[in-house]
Amino acid sequence: MSTHDATAAPPAVGGENYLNCSHGFRSWIFTLDHKRIGVMYLASILSFFLLGGILALLIRTELLTPTRTLMSADDYNKVFTLHGAIMIFLFIIPGIPAALGNFVLPLMLGAKDVALPRLNLASYHLYLIGALIAVLSIVQGGVDAGWTFYAPYSTTTNTAVVTLTFGVFVLGFSSVFTGLNFIVTMHKMRPAGMGWFDMPLMLWALYATSIIQVLATPILGITMVLLIVERVMGIGIFDPALGGDPVLYQHFFWFYSHPAVYIMILPAMGIISEVISVFSRKHIFGYRAIAYSSIAIAAFSFLVWGHHMFTSGQSDLMNMIFSALTFSVSIPSAVKMFNWLSTMYKGSIRFDTPMIYALSFMFLFGIGGLTGLFLGSLATDVHLHDTYFVVAHFHYVMFGGTVIAFLAGLHYWWPKMFGRMYDEKWGRISAIIISVGFNITFFTQFVMGSQGMPRRYYAYVDKFEPYHVISSIGSYLMAAGFFMTAWYLVKSLYRGRPAPANPWGGASMEWQAASPPVLHNFTDEPVGGDPYDYSNQDYDPATGGYVLRKPEVSDR
Amino acid sequence: MILSGLLNTLSVRGAGAPFLATGDGTFWLPVRASEAAGSVDNLFYFIFWISLFFFTLLMALLAIFAVRYRRRREGEEPEPSPSHNLAVEVVWTAIPVLLVAVIFWFGFQAYVDMSTPPLNAYQIQVTGQKWKWTFTYPNGYVDELLHVPADRPVQLVMTSQDVIHSLSIPAFRIKRDLVPGRYSKAWFTAVRPGDYDIYCAEYCGTQHSSMISTVKVLPPEEFDAWMLEHSDILSGLTPVEGGERVYNVLGCKQCHTLDGVAGVGPTFRDLFGSERSFKDGGRALADENYISSSVLDPQSQIVQGFEPVMPTFKGRIKDQEMTALIAFLKSLSEHAPGEEAPAAVGAGTP
Repeated sequence: MSTHDATAAPPAVGGENYLNCSHGFRSWIFTLDHKRIGVMYLASILSFFLLGGILALLIRTELLTPTRTLMSADDYNKVFTLHGAIMIFLFIIPGIPAALGNFVLPLMLGAKDVALPRLNLASYHLYLIGALIAVLSIVQGGVDAGWTFYAPYSTTTNTAVVTLTFGVFVLGFSSVFTGLNFIVTMHKMRPAGMGWFDMPLMLWALYATSIIQVLATPILGITMVLLIVERVMGIGIFDPALGGDPVLYQHFFWFYSHPAVYIMILPAMGIISEVISVFSRKHIFGYRAIAYSSIAIAAFSFLVWGHHMFTSGQSDLMNMIFSALTFSVSIPSAVKMFNWLSTMYKGSIRFDTPMIYALSFMFLFGIGGLTGLFLGSLATDVHLHDTYFVVAHFHYVMFGGTVIAFLAGLHYWWPKMFGRMYDEKWGRISAIIISVGFNITFFTQFVMGSQGMPRRYYAYVDKFEPYHVISSIGSYLMAAGFFMTAWYLVKSLYRGRPAPANPWGGASMEWQAASPPVLHNFTDEPVGGDPYDYSNQDYDPATGGYVLRKPEVSDR
Repeated sequence: MILSGLLNTLSVRGAGAPFLATGDGTFWLPVRASEAAGSVDNLFYFIFWISLFFFTLLMALLAIFAVRYRRRREGEEPEPSPSHNLAVEVVWTAIPVLLVAVIFWFGFQAYVDMSTPPLNAYQIQVTGQKWKWTFTYPNGYVDELLHVPADRPVQLVMTSQDVIHSLSIPAFRIKRDLVPGRYSKAWFTAVRPGDYDIYCAEYCGTQHSSMISTVKVLPPEEFDAWMLEHSDILSGLTPVEGGERVYNVLGCKQCHTLDGVAGVGPTFRDLFGSERSFKDGGRALADENYISSSVLDPQSQIVQGFEPVMPTFKGRIKDQEMTALIAFLKSLSEHAPGEEAPAAVGAGTP
């Protein structure tokens, strides 16, 4: 009986927890606590999200008119390069796994920490170093090669390509360290009684993500080194003027960067699996299908890179094979959508902010996924490749998918991370504003893309102006939603209602820890069981949260 | 449902698409001006309607569930319902598999048609460089706009001189990268006379978005007339101006400078009328005959200090063009009888 007293206890704000157990800069920057490392990652990636977002607003403002609005063509090229590089390498890849994943993974296993806490800290330090090197490239005048660094443009332009690519090289190690750590943790630290198929689906998603991080990221590292070697020493690898092959670069780059989009979307799908089930108060539908589909996506993700190169001149046979394989990866994603929908069927659905984001995810990811069919199909891809249709497609998947799911996860675990509830009303309003703004911004881009508007254009033909104006207005609306979100989240840290241990009624083990958790996560050993079985908890109006039913009650 | 979809798309292939033949643009797609555009657009709309159907179905279910199963009071627990169902899960895996297989197949078929040019296609060479397009016709005429005949297959043989570019003509639904050091090909049959945009679709630096040109589709007889008129590149020019045009268009300028500094080949400055000494020890005066034989049979006399790398222009240069070129060379040389060397190009002279 005493086992459950901790979880039933009033919120621990005011008591000792991982946030206030020690103080000072050193107690954070050299911490081995996965929760503090997760929070530092969170602060870092949100800072870069702000920077990348400001760059996005500069892009949208420049494109308000068909010719010069704010800046020169060279500055525009640097701004879109940095927007892409910062959002991809500094925000979205570490976003869910390293920030939220670091925080919740050991808690979901009922463990004290990850298996290799020092490696975890090294990963964060490498992230900081890589990020500083990448930012140094801005001080050196910026980079104008596009975040894809296509050769021979990237090997011949006179901007700070070497600095930025070296930053990306270092960031790659950070990503590998996190992935490796998570794999080891899930193999070695599952509690007695928790088999692979008893894990929350978030962990399956993180496992699939980690496999890709460990296997694919070294290819990116090597590619970046080859690029640097070519630029610094003039060794011909990619530039035909030196005897190299520029299409080889594209193969190398996409062999990492296509799996990398699944590094971005898989953990997002994990969050959605948790949130939909908890807020529908119903067991996730088709647990094994969702778990297997994560692994299937990770496996297929290595076989589809050539679909970025349908117009590059690779042979028709290769185009055919890559097109067929590309369609295969759409199936597991579709299966997940059907499972989430079925989970809601006959549920008891609560529309808190995380659930609003999860529903928004299903809408936006649905569009993002279906528009992928136009790009996987060869004849239509030739027309749509390198147009705004592609820009819209990947923003629907990466932003409408990953960022929206990240926001769902952030709001879902915010009470656990900081022990405070945010303002629910403003949370819902902001979620709707961001989703509406997003659709205005990017749906327009589908239309102008299929009309032929090429991407990465500083100036454009007059007929595209109305689309660009609407798109820019949408982006300002989205920005307003984000500033509101930042405002009420920061406010909640000071003025928020103390969070109960389990505000949403989650059944995975992190909700048995106090909010915020103590340094070693659990004061008493958490109770295992089916992470999607909500039948043994009760709503407690006194704290506004859920508590595990006492054994004698559940024997009834 | 699948069957009717299949029937709809039987029309995806080939030029004889019964609906969506050439015509004006739609909300989604621009004007259709090539044979392939019809099949691409049919496929686009096939995928579009499938996507719209399933998206609407899913979102309708989402909305219905959200309303019907909303939590009415806190603490309310749902009725028990199954958490898996093998039959349902197999069905909703199999249906997407079949649909994407159909989409893949039609996309592949239309693509193969688009990437296989007929043997009698009219060939135009395309060169991309930062930041302009150059179109070279079979007779050597060069233009910065692409003129093509309607209803005749045209093949573009393309390469880049610096970084990767990509030739995109949305009205024709074609796009192909130009890779330095390689030749890539694209083809189309334009069917609708008019002017259409050509974009560079692969990011290539500062002026990437200004690397725009126009394809002018002309009715076949107008195209033939246009070609005839522009084949005579000397029309309306003085011999010296015509010679300068020949110098630019035939590519002399790649190796022969006008400023007195030797390039791959000797400079044209002060060449005419000078005495040349050859690798084999011979000497000759650079007169009309010398110029002519150097152009038509460049390997016969290699000037000292240079490599025998010049290709022959026999069959590529017409008599009138040769005359004009010689007049141009004379205008550049102080050795030429009765000619003053132009003052503008004095800096690098020996």
